[in-house]
Amino acid sequence: MMKKLPLEQLPAFLKGISETKTLVAPVEKGGQVNFDLWTEDSTLRLDVLKTVKSAKGAFFPQVEDIVHFQMQGKNIDIHPAEVLTEDFVLFGVRACDARSFELLDRVFLSDPTDPFYAARRAHGTVVTLACNRPEETCFCTNFGIDGADPAGDLSAWMTEDTLYFQANTEKGAALVAGLADCDDGEITETQNSIREILNKLPLSNLNLTGFEGDHLKERFDDPRWEELSRGCLGCGTCTFVCPTCQCYDVKDFDSGNGIRRFRCWDSCMFSDFTLMAHGTNRPTQKERFRQRFMHKLVYFPSNNDGIYSCVGCGRCLEKCPQSNHIVNVIKTLGVKEDA
Amino acid sequence: MIVNRLQELLQDDENLQFVGWEKGETPFDRTPKTFTAETLGNLCYDSFCGSNLSKYLLSQKTDKKTVVLLKPCDSYSFNQLCTERRLNRDAYHVIGVGCKGKIDGEKIRKTGIKGILSVREEGETLKIETLYGTTEIPRKDVLLDKCLACKGKEHKCADEVLGESEDTCVGDKYETVAKLEAMTPDERFAFWREELSKCIRCNACRNACPACSCIKCVFDNPNSGVQNKAAADDFEENLFHIIRAYHVAGRCTDCGECSRVCPQGIPLHLLNRKIIRDVNEFYGDYQAGDAIGQRHPLTDFTFEDSEPNAERKGGGK
Ligand code: SF4
Ligand code: SF4
Ligand code: SF4
Ligand code: SF4
Repeated sequence: MMKKLPLEQLPAFLKGISETKTLVAPVEKGGQVNFDLWTEDSTLRLDVLKTVKSAKGAFFPQVEDIVHFQMQGKNIDIHPAEVLTEDFVLFGVRACDARSFELLDRVFLSDPTDPFYAARRAHGTVVTLACNRPEETCFCTNFGIDGADPAGDLSAWMTEDTLYFQANTEKGAALVAGLADCDDGEITETQNSIREILNKLPLSNLNLTGFEGDHLKERFDDPRWEELSRGCLGCGTCTFVCPTCQCYDVKDFDSGNGIRRFRCWDSCMFSDFTLMAHGTNRPTQKERFRQRFMHKLVYFPSNNDGIYSCVGCGRCLEKCPQSNHIVNVIKTLGVKEDA
Repeated sequence: MIVNRLQELLQDDENLQFVGWEKGETPFDRTPKTFTAETLGNLCYDSFCGSNLSKYLLSQKTDKKTVVLLKPCDSYSFNQLCTERRLNRDAYHVIGVGCKGKIDGEKIRKTGIKGILSVREEGETLKIETLYGTTEIPRKDVLLDKCLACKGKEHKCADEVLGESEDTCVGDKYETVAKLEAMTPDERFAFWREELSKCIRCNACRNACPACSCIKCVFDNPNSGVQNKAAADDFEENLFHIIRAYHVAGRCTDCGECSRVCPQGIPLHLLNRKIIRDVNEFYGDYQAGDAIGQRHPLTDFTFEDSEPNAERKGGGK
């Protein structure tokens, strides 16, 4: 049974959630919309489809402490960081970002399980929101993601004046238990109009032939990486806005009388990525660039039942300073059907 | 027109390589590219070519002569890189390309226009076709910030100039700097804290900056002792930007790339512009990249130099 909430009651509904749980939602700060702590004073921006950073930070933050070493005279006290023990709600996640959590799960929840990530996943309730106005940079449809039917613990659809909810898990159902029931059919029209736009998206039908795992060597050795990577700044914007990039580095911060060991997002686009004693095996930007796209389009699917590790959110299309992105790679290197 | 001229140049020297922009997937995609005689037809120059090709030249050095398209603002960066001996002037045939201001796709999106399929210029109006219908917007409302503070349409370095330019500068470019100066230290601190706390340390500002041309940045170097892949705390978050602003002091041409590329919309250019304004005030007007071979006031010495530390204390006057 679906539930519904008049839109004007949304602030009160959110306030109700925030009284017992931490609430994270797309809010505007300094002119940018990102997932951040919601309070009554926040500017909620459910009209913004793509936050700058993806929602993954709620489970895999950019920087997080692992352990503290503190000098006490001649002894060193060791304080491992604690995992999250409180519940939180992540509100307003789009279908692409919701899929990214499933991809991250495959990495962080497979043996050995990452305790920090696992605790956040266990304590988080994901409320998704269907994409009323998909944008030209969206290409989620290529990865079997339906913006009109987002996953998560609780899915939501927004019309002019109403928010509709469909619970997919008990956690999700608990959030909307107090709301009025309604008929499933009430969202059909909204869903149809979203799907109509999704079908019209300019990048909705990319040809991914040739990126399956068994073409690994061909794709790796393709001479066109040289040209594709030419303008790449090696900046890491694409990586840090991406919902599925999952690499991290472990760093020490010397606090004078102790060490704070933290992990932070890393980017394969950086020159010191996975630096080893002998140096690096990706000496130029060509190899680094290739790594990012091979990982998303070839290595990940070949290790994960054919699932690509791009969800087509299009953030890198909007943010790459050089307009050098994954769709260029797919279109350039994909095997043309007539070939 | 530009491509025709470039083809003419090929008749004298078929070994030329060309540096310009190429159209991509979205209406705004213009990727810096290097072209040969065969691929030259793909070169494009239009109102979306906001990126500065001067820094890109550093990674495109070959033994061939390079023909490069430079906008007026890009020409300052080119000169500065030649002054710093990172580029050799003789290796380039510089085509100064006219500029009527470049369009900022992000600004169009921020107005709420979504699903943009194409953008057509009709005089002072942009006709925008979207997934949700057609709409119009005045061109001048969505120019890049750097174009609103344009240094002028004269190419400071060019072997030839193609195309027309139009003035796009509006108002006083130091207006926001003056506002920041007028704040109390606490207000100013709060302003920069809010802005810099948005930083995701993607390094796009640094990597796009033509004045940041170190082969290995200290912040990337594990042996430097200050390697900084992510800020561990607020202090480190600020530090990167302030060190960077000081490192480019006197060499920053105010090209605006840092703010243009920042995915979080941080107005980084204001840090540099503040320093430019102070340098001008203390040592007389100076524009980095005005000509090749200049000595900038911070690396030069004259007996008449002012002593800012003696004249000003603690940020006050
Ligand atoms: S692809 Fe674009 S965003 Fe990614 S590192 Fe290269 S220049 Fe930066
Ligand atoms: S690669 Fe780009 S489009 Fe794909 S998930 Fe990452 S940011 Fe989104
Ligand atoms: S700053 Fe001036 S010269 Fe440069 S792109 Fe803008 S308008 Fe053109
Ligand atoms: S471009 Fe912006 S987000 Fe990226 S490092 Fe620079 S200031 Fe930070």
